[in-house]
Amino acid sequence: MTALRAGARRRTEPARLRTVRRAGPVRISFRYRPRVLVTGAFLTLVAAGLMAWTMSLGEIRIPLADVLTTSLGFGSGEHDFVVRTLRLPRTLAAFGVGVALATSGAIFQSLVGNPLVAPDIIGVTSGAGLVAVVLIVVFGTPAVVPVGAFLGALGATALLYLLTWRGGIAGYRLVLVGIAVHALLTALTTLVLVRFPIDLVSSAVLWLTGTLYATTWEQVGWLAIGLLALVPAALVLLPRLQLLELGNDTAAALGTRTQTARAGLLLVAASLAAVGVAAAGPVGFVALVVPHAARMLMGPLTSGVFVVTGLLGAVLVLGSDLIAQHAFSPVSLPVGVVTAAVGAPYFLFLLWRTNRGVS
Amino acid sequence: MIHTARPDQRSTPPTARRAARALRPALRSAGLLASLGVLVGTVLASLRFGSLPLSTATAIEAFTAFDGSTEHLIVRELRLPRTVIGLGVGAALAVAGVALQAVTRNPLASPEILGVNAGAAFAVVAAVHLLGIVSPSAYVWFAFAGAFVAMVVVFLIASAGRDGATPIKLALSGAVVTALLTSWISAILVLDERTLDQVRFWLAGSLVGRDLDAFAEIAPFLLVGLAIGGAMVRQFDTMSLGESLAAGLGQRTRAVRALTVLAVVLLAGAAVAAAGPIAFIGLAVPHAVRAVVGPSHGWLLPYAAIYGAVLLLVADVLGRIVARPSEIEVGIMTAIIGAPFLVHLVRSRRLSQL
Repeated sequence: MTALRAGARRRTEPARLRTVRRAGPVRISFRYRPRVLVTGAFLTLVAAGLMAWTMSLGEIRIPLADVLTTSLGFGSGEHDFVVRTLRLPRTLAAFGVGVALATSGAIFQSLVGNPLVAPDIIGVTSGAGLVAVVLIVVFGTPAVVPVGAFLGALGATALLYLLTWRGGIAGYRLVLVGIAVHALLTALTTLVLVRFPIDLVSSAVLWLTGTLYATTWEQVGWLAIGLLALVPAALVLLPRLQLLELGNDTAAALGTRTQTARAGLLLVAASLAAVGVAAAGPVGFVALVVPHAARMLMGPLTSGVFVVTGLLGAVLVLGSDLIAQHAFSPVSLPVGVVTAAVGAPYFLFLLWRTNRGVS
Repeated sequence: MIHTARPDQRSTPPTARRAARALRPALRSAGLLASLGVLVGTVLASLRFGSLPLSTATAIEAFTAFDGSTEHLIVRELRLPRTVIGLGVGAALAVAGVALQAVTRNPLASPEILGVNAGAAFAVVAAVHLLGIVSPSAYVWFAFAGAFVAMVVVFLIASAGRDGATPIKLALSGAVVTALLTSWISAILVLDERTLDQVRFWLAGSLVGRDLDAFAEIAPFLLVGLAIGGAMVRQFDTMSLGESLAAGLGQRTRAVRALTVLAVVLLAGAAVAAAGPIAFIGLAVPHAVRAVVGPSHGWLLPYAAIYGAVLLLVADVLGRIVARPSEIEVGIMTAIIGAPFLVHLVRSRRLSQL
């Protein structure tokens, strides 16, 4: 509440307003409420713990201490290959994918003002899926798939934007056009899945489920570059998002160029989803539900909540990948199978608790 | 705090404009008759076209003067069942969509978002994987049971708490249960290639290889669902004013929500059992129809039923024509035809909000 009042006071200062309009809001709010800070610290610890634990498990069990020293670069060298070539990239990718998808979902849901919106529902992810599936069945190998998926997601977003544009982008129109785009792209994907031989379709379905199997350092590098560029961009744009949430007219009256802001936010959110999907395939559930969980835990989207939403996504994907890899050994499941199975009960618990609190 | 669905203030068309744009009553009645004509034409087309195109006369003679020829057998044994099933499924999905959108006031509400399709798909995939059943007509009861259980679970989860199954909780728990079931389906399909190979055609949504007997078992549920939906026209009108206003007008909102869910379970459950998980009709047809006939549910419901059936049959016929002698599954074609149409409607600003 204090943060809100402080923000309101600041926005009424004419000089500041002018700066906002001319120079753009290269200002990130660092007013964290204790609850957000505590949740963030807790989730960071959980994420670190999950990463270390995941890396110690497997066919070759490695003591936690060795995992830590080896992954930080001053180990004995005994486990260098297993930890640094096989397990570290995978666990880092799990972290990054969780951050990318959860933050993307958070922006989309606020931008459109509908809690059922996620990149998976308005066609962004389905664009990636269609391109990836076509590449898999045509070339028979998932080698070029990440690039294709990334471009597919951005292509679908461009299509979505162009089809929605009519003197502006309205949230309501964006959702419905998004659903149409999603339905079309999914139908084309199904067409491919029904028409091609089963062995190719099998690996396409595996990719569509979302898997971190055999993640390379190169993929982790791209994921890191993407996140390092996009998360700060999102934080810079976040004040605009909060203004847009007040409604178009209010936001415009407060000096926001609403269409520019909306286009920027859409691009950032779609790119976050694209980066995540390129690394691991369309891992379901994360983008749709993690933002809700974060909101139930911490309240409306501020920059602090935004960062913690990313952490919560990371914890979900890390935990799911741990279960996917090791809980059913020797069978190893794709991570996308587990995210919902792990996340749904937790989410339903949150929903139940919130209802009880409200009523 | 759950983030509530707020109707988008940024693009609200003035109510007056919307009302003026909707057709006048006389025109609406005439339009309904014309729509029935369209429907009859679509049914005829569905009987005529396919890998072996027939004349209209042949299609009609197959019923009036059946002579046992191959052509007549094709019409009666192959094309009639899929046409009848298509009629029922299309109408059921569209009516279910109208009911859900009225009660939840969320433009994304549709049977598939409340877990119906995922429930049915999971039950069928699990049955194929565990019990090794092979024929699509054996899927029917698994699909129905799965759809039923999934929706009841969604409704029970959403009903927790003192305020009952509010629209937002209904939609959210539906999305979560759908995600959960989808992940279980993926788990089975990723690990079991035989099941994947067998069910991928059913999962696409198809009218091929269904017989009338299987449909007859489902039809009573469908009719009861349609009857409940039709009887609640006034309640839908009131509910679409918003939860609190409806309650203020004396509406028993909880009862209406529960009855709506029951109707949707019956309609969408029967539809998915008969034709597999067909998305998009329950979502798009209500929007399209609302843009033309306005927000009154007395008109919305019959129009939606007709055009749901028309969209499904047209999609099925085109699917048979474009890939002759093979065919494209109807679930794929509905999206390929319906999506550009929905985009056009949204863009031409004829799409009224709920």
